[in-house]
Amino acid sequence: MEFDKELDARGLACPMPIVKTKKALAGMAAGQVLKIVATDAGSLGDMQAFADATGHQLLSSQTQGSEYVFFLKN
Amino acid sequence: MGAGDFPAGLDELIAKRVDELIAKKIEERMAQLMPKGPPSMTIIATKGTLDWAYPPYILASAGAALGWDVAIFHTFYGLKLLLRDLSQLRVSPLGNPAMPMKMPFGPRWFRQIRWNMPNAVASVVPGFEAWATNLMKQTFKSKGVASIEELRQTCIDADVKLIACQMTVDAFGFQPQEFIPEVSEFCGATRFLPLAQTADVNLLI
Repeated sequence: MEFDKELDARGLACPMPIVKTKKALAGMAAGQVLKIVATDAGSLGDMQAFADATGHQLLSSQTQGSEYVFFLKN
Repeated sequence: MGAGDFPAGLDELIAKRVDELIAKKIEERMAQLMPKGPPSMTIIATKGTLDWAYPPYILASAGAALGWDVAIFHTFYGLKLLLRDLSQLRVSPLGNPAMPMKMPFGPRWFRQIRWNMPNAVASVVPGFEAWATNLMKQTFKSKGVASIEELRQTCIDADVKLIACQMTVDAFGFQPQEFIPEVSEFCGATRFLPLAQTADVNLLI
């Protein structure tokens, strides 16, 4: 999937992947896509809840081995 | 014209339409009475040990990331979380049988041992608390958990209101200059409660 910016949230525990995602989105234009790679298992649920609560569209949420890859539309 | 002259099904139509209008009217009235801002959360932080410093700041920064208005009322030992120097925060396994103790270093089999420290041991070993504090810091660091300093700064950057309870500041003899300048307010319970009353989420930690 195409994206405009990538956020490496590997190794970060709750709530930092979400905090950093929010920060990254704030610096992006509307409609741009942010790719996030995390290793926190809780981020699967957190990212969906963040998208639902803030109105961002979670385009994709995948588990790849021990990593979780998300594509979030600003 | 008698009651029997109304066209068939009219009552049903009227009832349906009235229901629709009432629902709309109530929604309009509610919006007037309670303007919809972002969701809000108030947290009361009452504990001042290293372990209990985490939950208020984790929840506050997560709430702020969701776009919520968040305020933390620091009272009693929770005031210690507002001090400039957080290196004084300690954790003690003493009287805390729930605290899992696992070594953050060494071979895998060693790291998986769950150490149960009886209070009798913990209370007499010199430096045990400092050791346990250091152990928790190392464990959290190795698991990617942010430090309290970092979490608190995240809250500050996200405009979380950090409120200090005036009564306990006075009662414990804290000096204003001991606290970080980002403390938004020193106030009493009566000032805080109306904030909590209108918040969507209230937590006591």
